[in-house]
Amino acid sequence: MTSNRSAVLFALALLAPALVYILVIVAYPLFDTIVLSFTNAALKPTYDWVGWANYQRIFTAGNFTEVILRTFVWTFFSVSFKMVIGMAGAVMLNAAIPGQTVFRILTMPPWIVPMAIGIFMWGWMYNGQFGMISGLLQNFGITNGPVAWLAYGDTAFWATIITDVWIGVPMVTIYFLAAMQSIPKDLYEAAWTDGAGRFYRWRRITLPMMVPAIITMSLLSLIATFNSFDIIWILTQGGPSGSTTTMIIDTFKTAIGSRKYGEGAARAVVICIFVSIFCIVYFRAVRKLSQGEAK
Amino acid sequence: MSQLARTAAPVAVETGAISKAAPKAKSRSSKPMIDRYKWYEVASLYAGIAVFLFFVLAPFIEGFLVSLKPLAQLFSTPYSFIPKNGSFDAYINMWTSVPMLGMHIFNSFFISTVVTAIVVVIVVPAAYAFARFSFSGANVMLGGFLAVNMFSGAVLLIPLFRLMRSMGLLNTYWAMIVPGAAFLIPSSIWLLRTYMLRIPRELDEAAWVDGASRLYTLRRVILPLAMPGIVVVAIMTFIGAYAQQFIFALTFNSKTEFMPLPIGLFAFFGKQEVIWNELMAASFVGILPVMIVIVFLQRYLVAGLTAGAIKQ
Repeated sequence: MTSNRSAVLFALALLAPALVYILVIVAYPLFDTIVLSFTNAALKPTYDWVGWANYQRIFTAGNFTEVILRTFVWTFFSVSFKMVIGMAGAVMLNAAIPGQTVFRILTMPPWIVPMAIGIFMWGWMYNGQFGMISGLLQNFGITNGPVAWLAYGDTAFWATIITDVWIGVPMVTIYFLAAMQSIPKDLYEAAWTDGAGRFYRWRRITLPMMVPAIITMSLLSLIATFNSFDIIWILTQGGPSGSTTTMIIDTFKTAIGSRKYGEGAARAVVICIFVSIFCIVYFRAVRKLSQGEAK
Repeated sequence: MSQLARTAAPVAVETGAISKAAPKAKSRSSKPMIDRYKWYEVASLYAGIAVFLFFVLAPFIEGFLVSLKPLAQLFSTPYSFIPKNGSFDAYINMWTSVPMLGMHIFNSFFISTVVTAIVVVIVVPAAYAFARFSFSGANVMLGGFLAVNMFSGAVLLIPLFRLMRSMGLLNTYWAMIVPGAAFLIPSSIWLLRTYMLRIPRELDEAAWVDGASRLYTLRRVILPLAMPGIVVVAIMTFIGAYAQQFIFALTFNSKTEFMPLPIGLFAFFGKQEVIWNELMAASFVGILPVMIVIVFLQRYLVAGLTAGAIKQ
């Protein structure tokens, strides 16, 4: 096209609304978080500059390092389960058996319905006295009495992970399924002709061919899980006695619950630093993978 | 059977036409040999899928059964999975227990619809700009948009709260719509850009040669061709906006009449003894429309998801 200058101006004009929107609603708040983290902002309208005091406080007083560690353990298990279950689901849904389409549709609801509503249902299932999990375990005689899953630290920790896995699995499954279907059929046919069994074909063809998809998805899933808020907030609000308090919950409690905006912002900045690191890893991985494809 | 399958293999592979056409044919005998399973393989596949789908659907099954059980039965031991003398009473009573239930359902739809409209209007030109024009900083900007996706609204809650307050948007629909749309714009730009890259450039150039202005080209040439992509973006955005209504509505709005369904029900939790059967009934009525929609739109959802998970 002619006149490069006007083309660029036209492109920028097309971009302007998106750019302005994101700058105002995301970039500015991000900047504001950093600024606030060096102040003692609270409910009152004025606040003072306090330097590094907030950071000093969160790292010396209280259990912030414990919260960070817990967040990583929580995220690690959740993402691993999502990947393993998602892969198993994709393999099964990829099999050419009657009912395939229906099964695929039935996989989607947790991803589609409002997250909060799915979580309400889990809340009831975890109910110790009357919920389904405790109830069925008792009916089958596996446990000797009710188990109130959300009432104890250990079980609540795993219960929130399972719910998070439940919400994440459909997307992972369908993404893996699509990646699986884009693997050329000839590879399988050639291997099959040579007498390779089903598991062997999966290990030697499917798995290596899906490495890019697995890396992409686990990093995206890592970032989403690290930021997971709704599930823990609805099920336990970070309790009992802090056993499910991840960094996001911790920040929310400090900032919105206790109205300590400054200190909350400092905690948010620490989250942002971790997320930025994940982001950089993700971008690097995507670039490497696309270079690999080009070769 | 397996012996037969093995020996028949070279034939199936060499006559490529047959193996290509076969998956479309319905009858079992014409399935490609490679897709044939022994009976125990089929059995374990179905068993595996049953376990998998039970995990995925258990909360919905339990939720539905709870909505049918009378409260007295819900709060009684021992646990029974199947409702005894179940009824649909909860579906009638809930309208009086949650007086604004209809309003909440409407709000959920209204908020998602407005978010979708905003996102589409902003994203179509932006995606076109990224797909067609090369200018310095384009890649940085694309990366920047992608990075926005990585930060959740929860992290930015404090400044967003202050921003909403200074814009005077707290306790209005906009307090939920404006930030909600922001976090859906970036992935939509990526998705639509990928789609638009597939529209041949020659079409733009032909229009240009014929003397069409750039805006006219976008409106009359690109828009109609990109329509399927735009539909996918709109559906994904609507679902995203509908599924994620929680944190902004929780913190930026305290007026019951503006609450979307999840928050309306969440508020209902704290008030008195939770009337679980009605809560579940209300949840089902609220999610039913989306459930019906996915049955018809699942093709688009898969397309959106796979294109949306960005591969450069």
